[in-house]
Amino acid sequence: MGRLSRALIWIGKSLAVLVAIVVLNFCLIRLAPGDPATVLAGEAGASDPHVLAEIRQQYGLDRPLPEQLAIYLRAVVSLDLGFSYRNQRPVADMILERLPATLLLTGSAFLFALAIGIALGSAAARRVGRWVDSAISVAGLVFYAMPIFWIGLLFVLLFSVALGWLPPFGMRSMIPPEGAAARSLDVAAHLVLPALTLGLFYVAVYARLTRSSMLEVQHYDYIRTARAKGLPEGRIVRAHILRNALLPVITIAGIQAGQLVGGAIVVETVFAWPGIGRLAFDGLLQRDYNLLLGIFVICSVMVIFFNMLTDIALSIADPRIGAS
Amino acid sequence: MREFWQRFSRNRGALAGLVVLAAIAFAALAASWLFPGDPWQMKAKPMLAPDASFPMGTDMLGRDVAAGVFHGARVTLTIGLASTIWATVIGVLLGAVSGYAGGRVDEAIMRFTEFVQTIPSFILAILLVAILQPGISSTILAIAVVTWPPVARLARSEFLALRQREFVAAALTIGLPAWRVILIEILPNAASSIIVMASLMVATAILTESALSFLGLGDPNLISWGYMIGAARAVIRQAWWLSVFPGAAIFLTVLAINLVGEGLNDALNPHLRRQGRPR
Repeated sequence: MGRLSRALIWIGKSLAVLVAIVVLNFCLIRLAPGDPATVLAGEAGASDPHVLAEIRQQYGLDRPLPEQLAIYLRAVVSLDLGFSYRNQRPVADMILERLPATLLLTGSAFLFALAIGIALGSAAARRVGRWVDSAISVAGLVFYAMPIFWIGLLFVLLFSVALGWLPPFGMRSMIPPEGAAARSLDVAAHLVLPALTLGLFYVAVYARLTRSSMLEVQHYDYIRTARAKGLPEGRIVRAHILRNALLPVITIAGIQAGQLVGGAIVVETVFAWPGIGRLAFDGLLQRDYNLLLGIFVICSVMVIFFNMLTDIALSIADPRIGAS
Repeated sequence: MREFWQRFSRNRGALAGLVVLAAIAFAALAASWLFPGDPWQMKAKPMLAPDASFPMGTDMLGRDVAAGVFHGARVTLTIGLASTIWATVIGVLLGAVSGYAGGRVDEAIMRFTEFVQTIPSFILAILLVAILQPGISSTILAIAVVTWPPVARLARSEFLALRQREFVAAALTIGLPAWRVILIEILPNAASSIIVMASLMVATAILTESALSFLGLGDPNLISWGYMIGAARAVIRQAWWLSVFPGAAIFLTVLAINLVGEGLNDALNPHLRRQGRPR
């Protein structure tokens, strides 16, 4: 199969998932008790009869259901995610404005988790049964069991309140420093705690996966061959064991990308990080359903994007995947 | 049974987890006896640091944090167990049909399962609870709806493998109806790995529940650990004990369940050695 047709299949699949999510949204609105127009208006708009009439007109709520679905689909496809009556702004604008902050947070947490997780997992696999291995698996168990928001609060208590090393909330200082470099450093300092909080759970997951996957690969024949050839140990581990052991890790990382985006909601709430998650929390407090549904669509797009990245990473790590 | 217990108790962590879990279950059962009355009620001056009479301190409204932690254990365990049971029932049902029937039915169900796994599950759970109105049953439903896919995949692969076995062919040959073959012949043989997965899912369900109630989506009438931490977030500088104790309760519960789950895995699937723990 050629590159092009694979890309086309991938685009088709992603579109199908997106359409299914929009349909799901459509059903969710109708699942809510009461009139869909009141749901779409949220608490702020529901008291105004003009707003309700406008929504009924816009979404064709007096027409048959399939037609309503078509109208809704067309709106989402043209990037119209509806209007937040509470904030008097289009939902798409509000989300796009917050998107960079969330991408920065989830992206750095993801990379941090992958890098540290793989490093710890392979360190543990090379010293099975020794204290490094036990220490890493105990740490994994611990971070696997802590609620993510609690880790965040403990970090604030330790690193901000007690030690005063890092800022406890926000993305920038009240008075941002002069100069581009200083301002980036300022954002980076604010990023450390949220990214660490969001990433630690996944460090535990990836470390455990890398360890078991490396232990499995170690016993394959081609590793014995590599040893018999007299290759240096470092090269065997890096080029032969790790490269093959990483495939399941990358696959799982891709599947869990959705959870990472979900975790960002909680972390952004803890650290007042001005991203989509924080926006979702505000939307939740105000019962701004239109905003929440829009965030759901955008986060699904992010997940599809993450999946694409892991697909590409997989085909780089294992060229056979692209060929078959 | 004795063999099962021997294998389980060889895992020290699992034994420790079992003890902790028993203590937490006891706390849940004894909550109204140890801390009678409403945990929402004001008991003393607000924001008292932990001391002899209030070992976990009091919160912004003078409520006893220890009472909240004990009463919260009930809510958390109930939601964790109930949502896991539902997710397991949905997953086993879909997976069994998928693996047993094969063909188009299998294809359709697996496509659907994949789709649900692609959705950002926590956001869907938030949406479901917000739209259905916060309450214990909507939380249970939301968690079940987003957590069944791995069970379905596991059940499918077990059914797919077991369906080829001779005893299933024999049962079909003597004319047993398909539903009896599924329930009586195949399911018991698939049960051990499903039980292990379900036990680990209780832990995840508790984490999800606590995150939902942290965001203010818990049942407004029932005190829960996540809610307590969420409410105390604003005063974390002044009163560390408000967030630390309920959080430690969540942590210990989830850790204990994970350890017990691993012990169950050792005991029920002895042929799978530790390093190849199924995901």
